[in-house]
Amino acid sequence: MSVIRIPPTLRDQTGGEREVLAEGGTVRDLLDDLIGRFPGLREQLDYANVYVGGEDIRTREGYETPVAESDTVILLPAMAGG
Amino acid sequence: MASRTAAGLLDLVGNTPLVELTRLSPKPGVQVYAKLEGQNPTGSIKDRVALALIEDAEARGELEPGRELLEPTSGNTGIALALVAKLRGYRLTCVMPENVTEERRRLLRLYGAEIVDSPGAEGSNGAVRLAQEIAAKEPRYYMPFQYGNAANPRAHYEGTGAEIAAALDRVDVLVAGLGTGGTLMGAGERLRESFPDVVIAAAEPLPGDPVMGLRSLEAGYVPPILDVSKLDRKLLVSNAEAVAGVRALLDREGVFAGVSAGAVVHVARRLAADLNEGVVVAILADGGWKYLSAPFWDAADPEEAMEADLWW
Repeated sequence: MSVIRIPPTLRDQTGGEREVLAEGGTVRDLLDDLIGRFPGLREQLDYANVYVGGEDIRTREGYETPVAESDTVILLPAMAGG
Repeated sequence: MASRTAAGLLDLVGNTPLVELTRLSPKPGVQVYAKLEGQNPTGSIKDRVALALIEDAEARGELEPGRELLEPTSGNTGIALALVAKLRGYRLTCVMPENVTEERRRLLRLYGAEIVDSPGAEGSNGAVRLAQEIAAKEPRYYMPFQYGNAANPRAHYEGTGAEIAAALDRVDVLVAGLGTGGTLMGAGERLRESFPDVVIAAAEPLPGDPVMGLRSLEAGYVPPILDVSKLDRKLLVSNAEAVAGVRALLDREGVFAGVSAGAVVHVARRLAADLNEGVVVAILADGGWKYLSAPFWDAADPEEAMEADLWW
């Protein structure tokens, strides 16, 4: 099981939990497991940036990025600065 | 360098120094250089962008008499625009989140800009949204819009990136903060021309819960000039890591830098540690002056001290 950190805007869908555990060897598997338990997340995850080991999966292997049990997966809304 | 005079302050934008951070390099074979953008006239990298945005608007005839400038900004762009607007004779209104540091607001007013507050919890996304609403209603405003204006990355292609390429024979990694994406897109593209294998790395803030709190994911904002496919690495940096970077810069190298610079140095050291030899360039967007009132300099728990505020 790996830890997935849930941003404040999605916690309504996870019963208020800041972190949930999910099962899977890749980001895709983990998110499928997560959506299976919290179906309300399905559409909103399309708009989330996903990070494994602190790196955006888009500069790793996308949804095929491997996730170790010790990894934390972070979901974040896209944000601007400047 | 021979001493010289400048015809005006805007002639001093850019051509910032690159200084080697010998004490912060994790390995003897890896050189880490910092580009000190805090040495621009208003103290940040945004002087380059502001000058480019206004010159672009002038060239396109957008700034005829009676028109005023309006821009969403978390601070540095506003201060830079305020200087350029003053010297070129335009009025400026900045839309900024209410939770930016007091120094930034005060500086903006001193430079002569008007400020419109946007909800702090919505961060820069909220400032963008409010500025777009105002500009749509009031045609007297011209909004350069740094997030979507090609003049922004172009300033970094022609300036920041070209200066680094001219100064160094080799660049293996370029690290910059991710805000509008302008620095990474423009300087990254220019460096790839000279050093095709360069790794372009973004340091991205991991904001505290209250800052993220009120924005919906659907409304997440991706700046139009940012193309994530042009980044090789995109790494999150926590507030605590950014503060550790800021403190290391000051304690060990004497460089007094801002929060995003601390994050950039954190990523630069991490990527430098993965190399056996090579050159890493970290772009430090501003100095520490505008963060003096911030609670993190001597906080035992920087993460907690910084949670509810916007830092870049």
